[in-house]
Amino acid sequence: MKQWFKSGSPWIWMTGGAVSISLISVIGLLAMIAGRGLGFFWPAEVTQFEMHRGDVKETVIGEIYDREMVPVERLKAANIDLHGFTGDEVERLLIKTGNREYVDLDFRWILATDIVEQSTPSQLAVFERSKNGNFYGYIESVIKDGKAVEESQKLTVLDELVERAVELNESALDLQNGPIGHINYDLERLRLKEKALDLKGELTHEKVAEFEAERKAYREQYLVLEKELFKFRDAAKRDQVIVKDMRGELVTIPLYQVLDVTLPNDMGLLAKVGHYFKQVGKFVSDDPREANTEGGVFPAIFGTVFMVMLMAVIVTPFGVVAAIYLHEYAAKNSITKMIRIAVINLAGVPSIVYGVFGLGFFVYMLGGSIDQLFYPEALPGPTFGTPGVIWSALTLAILTLPVVIVSTEEGLSRIPSSVRQGSLALGATKAETIWRIIVPMASPAIMTGLILAVARAAGEVAPLMLVGVVKMAPTLPVDMNFPFVHLDRKFMHLGFHIYDVGFQSPNVEAARPLVYATAFLLVAVIVALNITAIGIRNHLREKFRSLEH
Amino acid sequence: MITVAPEMNQPATSLQLDLENLSAEQTALEIKDLDLYYGDKQALSNISMKIPKGQVTAFIGPSGCGKSTLLRCINRMNDLVDTCRIDGQILLHNQNIYDKSVDVAALRRNVGMVFQRPNPFPKSIYENVVYGLRLQGIKDKRKLDEVVEASLRGAALWDEVKDRLHDSAFGLSGGQQQRLVIARAIAIEPEVLLLDEPTSALDPISTLVIEELINDLKNKYTVVIVTHNMQQAARVSDQTAFMYMGELIEYSDTNTLFTTPKKKKTEDYITGRYG
Repeated sequence: MKQWFKSGSPWIWMTGGAVSISLISVIGLLAMIAGRGLGFFWPAEVTQFEMHRGDVKETVIGEIYDREMVPVERLKAANIDLHGFTGDEVERLLIKTGNREYVDLDFRWILATDIVEQSTPSQLAVFERSKNGNFYGYIESVIKDGKAVEESQKLTVLDELVERAVELNESALDLQNGPIGHINYDLERLRLKEKALDLKGELTHEKVAEFEAERKAYREQYLVLEKELFKFRDAAKRDQVIVKDMRGELVTIPLYQVLDVTLPNDMGLLAKVGHYFKQVGKFVSDDPREANTEGGVFPAIFGTVFMVMLMAVIVTPFGVVAAIYLHEYAAKNSITKMIRIAVINLAGVPSIVYGVFGLGFFVYMLGGSIDQLFYPEALPGPTFGTPGVIWSALTLAILTLPVVIVSTEEGLSRIPSSVRQGSLALGATKAETIWRIIVPMASPAIMTGLILAVARAAGEVAPLMLVGVVKMAPTLPVDMNFPFVHLDRKFMHLGFHIYDVGFQSPNVEAARPLVYATAFLLVAVIVALNITAIGIRNHLREKFRSLEH
Repeated sequence: MITVAPEMNQPATSLQLDLENLSAEQTALEIKDLDLYYGDKQALSNISMKIPKGQVTAFIGPSGCGKSTLLRCINRMNDLVDTCRIDGQILLHNQNIYDKSVDVAALRRNVGMVFQRPNPFPKSIYENVVYGLRLQGIKDKRKLDEVVEASLRGAALWDEVKDRLHDSAFGLSGGQQQRLVIARAIAIEPEVLLLDEPTSALDPISTLVIEELINDLKNKYTVVIVTHNMQQAARVSDQTAFMYMGELIEYSDTNTLFTTPKKKKTEDYITGRYG
């Protein structure tokens, strides 16, 4: 035994054990998020339950969401009659029944003891709708342009009609976001221009007439576009489908509300895989719907990546320049040492504190001053004096500045002095040496700092809630309206989206898988950003690999 | 025990210089009463010597004797050491290089230096050679190409690298790197070239190539070399200065110093009693 201790084996086991535990927790975390999140998109079977409770018979149709064992006492305490059931625990199932507008709740617990019969009948259809969530039921008939479609063709025709409606809706949306949005944007700019002239006292009658003429031209354009928009919308409203729901009643669903129709119980594996990827694709490319509980998260992905990149662009030059001063120019005395310690400690300040600072300093002071100086015509409506993506990026840049400074300094101190002296001996000044030799050689370390900064910044949510993130941003910070990049706009963020969907949504059960899926997506985005940065760093390392270490 | 046969190793110098009374034309550098301190510690005391133009002068002596420090005084590399303080003068063209009005960068362009270990920049061979020229703002591609070829030929490296000028300098061997560094130094055409133990990190064959190169270099430049290796000093230099404990013990032409040293300490050192 003593021999065993002396050999060092316990140490190897201990250290190895620590590594394994860390690995298991990381892999476990990723596996759970990925499993729960990605499983959500798999087309689940729709089950039909024949229930019998007391004298009441009923049919429940839906997806099995969850199952759990409940102690009988608890059910008894809740006044649920368990006639003739013996045993301590009873199974109950959580069923997603959809059809939100016809039942109280689109999720429902049922007791396994009440189930008389359970089947997964074919022809059970799932309608993905743009409003009110999923609808489950049997397709009775398809109405095309007021006439019922022949029974044998109804499924193929339904697919075509749904596709048509979706396309029309998309055209309408494109029109609304494109040309119509553009006109609104121009009208607003016109208004501001007029007000700016008014503030300067240069608004003459001719100018007013000019503005009025321009406005009229825009309005005429708008009316034309609006007509087109209504045309699309009316065309989309043409067709309906009549569905028998689980109560046995016939419900008419207008097709313009339907995004997709599937018969999951009749799908083969291949069809399911196809549907799965289609759903994943929609999730990453669509806008959210229904208070973020449905639809995609594209604006959040875009906002996260855009904000992080903006932050990287801001923090890198600042951090590098500060590190160069600290390492190359500052006298090596106790004040420098204290500054360095202070910088390192800044990394430990809770991020919400940075958020408060960002709100107070950037948004109100800096943004407010910018508004007064450059956008007086928009006042009292703020332009930059309100939370926005630029302030978020700046706040996170300050938050991650210490990381960049510390790792850049580390990189600077690793450069062999012989290279420095070689440059100086050729008649270079210190500044020339730094910019031509030292900084390029330290660039891998700078990239390391950036990687750490990006990893930290992409995951921050708390400060962003104060300085720019919103639940639902109507427009992206980049669009086709001049000046194309709108740094003053609010934006959506995956981290905040998780919080919002998980805690602020009206339908927690429906949102839960989305929380996992969004979390997985956030991790994927951060990993992708990091892998890009690591790739660049490795390339730089290879380039500046010195023989001397 | 090291014995040196002077007739074999001594490069042929037709002219014996009187080192104490060199004329102004013959002098490249004059060091006058130089004292150097690192903090409180005196590293060089009262060094005075004249370094002749167009010749190879070697500084020898045991480790820590101050020979490298003295060399680094000549292009003010010691400025980089915060605690370093210098009294006395070094005259180049009759101007004290420690004068306040002297532009250090300009001085270093005039007094090139090659270090113990090859220190190429993480750039291509070509960019390494033209580094000094780019600093001076020369952008003319033809001029740069000419200088690269001339310098690499001057450093006896051209034939080995002419086909891969744009490859990384790190791909070269240690000896090639050291010659590249010499090419880089002569590309800006200094008057004086300081070599700080240029072969101490190299294998014997590379050492031989560099020594031959030093022999060629003295036609165009005044070369000052610090070396640990007495045979090397005997092989390559015209004048040799022996230093011990921060003092210049003996300074004369190489032949005389190695065959008939005047001082006991010099004799002890070259016969291998210490060092």
